[in-house]
Amino acid sequence: MSAVTSSLQASASLPRWYNPAALLGSFSLALASMTLSGFEDEAGNLNLAAVIVIGYLLYMAITFVVSRAVEGRRKSVDRMVTGLVTAAFTLAVIPLLSLTYTVVSNGLARLDATFFSNSMRNVVGEGGGALHAIVGTLELTGIATLISVPIGIMTAIYLVEYGRGRLAKLVTFFVDVMTGIPSIVAGLFAFTLFLVVLGPANAINGLAGAVSLSVLMVPVVIRATEEMLKIVPNELREAAYALGVPKWLTIIKVVIPTALAGIATGVIIAIARVIGETAPLLLAAGFTASMNYNPLSDKMMTLPVFVFTSFANQGVDTQAYIDRSWAGALTLMIIVMVLNLIARIISRVFSPKG
Amino acid sequence: MAATESKKSVTRLGDRIFSRTATFAGASILLTLAAVAFFLFLQAWPALLPDADFGGKADDGPLAYVAPFVFGTLYGSVIALAIATPLAVGIALYISHYAPRRFSQALGYVVDLLAAIPSVVYGLWGILVLAPFLTPSYQWLNENLGWIPFFEGQVSATGRTMLTVAIVLSIMILPIMAALIREVFLQTPKLHEEAALALGATRWEMIRMAVLPFGRPGIISAMMLGLGRALGETMAVAMVLSPASVISFALLTSQNPNTIAANIALQFPESGGDYRSMLVGTGLMLFLITMAINMVARYIISRRAEFSGAN
Repeated sequence: MSAVTSSLQASASLPRWYNPAALLGSFSLALASMTLSGFEDEAGNLNLAAVIVIGYLLYMAITFVVSRAVEGRRKSVDRMVTGLVTAAFTLAVIPLLSLTYTVVSNGLARLDATFFSNSMRNVVGEGGGALHAIVGTLELTGIATLISVPIGIMTAIYLVEYGRGRLAKLVTFFVDVMTGIPSIVAGLFAFTLFLVVLGPANAINGLAGAVSLSVLMVPVVIRATEEMLKIVPNELREAAYALGVPKWLTIIKVVIPTALAGIATGVIIAIARVIGETAPLLLAAGFTASMNYNPLSDKMMTLPVFVFTSFANQGVDTQAYIDRSWAGALTLMIIVMVLNLIARIISRVFSPKG
Repeated sequence: MAATESKKSVTRLGDRIFSRTATFAGASILLTLAAVAFFLFLQAWPALLPDADFGGKADDGPLAYVAPFVFGTLYGSVIALAIATPLAVGIALYISHYAPRRFSQALGYVVDLLAAIPSVVYGLWGILVLAPFLTPSYQWLNENLGWIPFFEGQVSATGRTMLTVAIVLSIMILPIMAALIREVFLQTPKLHEEAALALGATRWEMIRMAVLPFGRPGIISAMMLGLGRALGETMAVAMVLSPASVISFALLTSQNPNTIAANIALQFPESGGDYRSMLVGTGLMLFLITMAINMVARYIISRRAEFSGAN
């Protein structure tokens, strides 16, 4: 190598097989050194994690030195960042895989017909199901969506298309504040609201739960919709105005359809966020072992609360309660996935190509 | 946009109805927030009166009762955010600019799905899988780095520590942060990226020059979203943490400051009278803390160049 390697001249680059070879080498070296030093006796499960960490550090160090010598400073930095970014992704995927595996493998034990056809009324120990909780979750989330989506989308339209002056600034600011509302505060709010309106005897019911979910859902819908409306090119609006289309029709016929895919994603993120909310429903909708179709009176069970109470209030036959808890968790995740799938399909069908 | 708003279009009936509806929806946000503060204050008020009776659960008064919870809430969330932010940016970059084109959409879909995992499931996983897995590393940290105040003290045997909670919280806020940041990264103008590459920039230099400046407001709003979720996260903390009424920076012991939200969830269903009022009061406090943090974050964003893809 010549001493003068300006970035333009340094066209030399490492061969394609370098990366797999370096990775393989680093990890086998790490494994070998850990085995030789007898480190694996300390703690069985930590060992593998330690090998991965050491192997990764080795790979990064070797690559930095080699790449710097062959390819120059800029490309070696580029390789370092690639290594870091890939590691970040891998690191995040590991717990998420572990979580999915745990929920599926533990949840399957009780994912049977009884689970979907029975409530927990008069059930002690084995048996029983979560039908009351599933019905509750679907009803409450449905009501919350019906409340939140119109308000959310109209507010976003106000902010992006109409909002001028003081009120718009205030609303933008407080939507942000509302995004940060802790779920438990939303639950406390719904509880205290219904306590004042209906009195202590009837304060805890399904509608209160739905109201608390809406408080959490509205800002998510607004921000997602707002972001999407903002990136609709102004040229589209101006073209519609130039054709004499009124503003409100421009919004409905041009702006919203252009952003629809993004808005659908936003609404799904909002639903996904609230369908698993436990704390507000624990306070506002309460928990019960019995069926209740009526969101206007009496406590209403929901799936997340079912998962929590099954785990927290284990009866004599501990395993039966834990199994039900996992099965509830698995059901919840399946519902969320189906919702996501439906939204993907809808957004794909309705969004304009481009 | 203001220039295109001709006087004629405003006078149409459809326009008038539509704009009024939109304005009303916007105003309803302000009304809701005012209602939250009002109703919480209404219920919390009795706890602030001098003759409040907490049934022996808070003999030193409301302030001494709430202080450890405020500390625990902020401490856990800040650690979680410190862990999650670099990871979230890394994941977003990986999906938007590093992963092979064919896979990137599928990877994004996976992250979207994971954002939907309910907190109560994270709680189950945290206590049954993560805590036992981390306990040996805690032992190691305590033996070798015990002189750092964070790692001192008697290591918890169950792994139900502040650090476990912070890690669970960071995993929980990660998907939402990553999804948001990725969306913004993907909106980086292609021409900016291609211009950088055409000038001979490496991939990282292109990202530093074109993607990160464009995505910075997105990163900050993702952090806000993450912090908001971490501060108010209830069930995962309530299930994983082994709480005590202390103020302590130690991360690995079983004497951890509880968070406001987890404390409410654990105490509220069984509470009554003035003690319940005080719990509502701590909820009001949590509301005010998140509000203050959001205001600071908002200020930071407004100081930087305003971002809008419409420009």
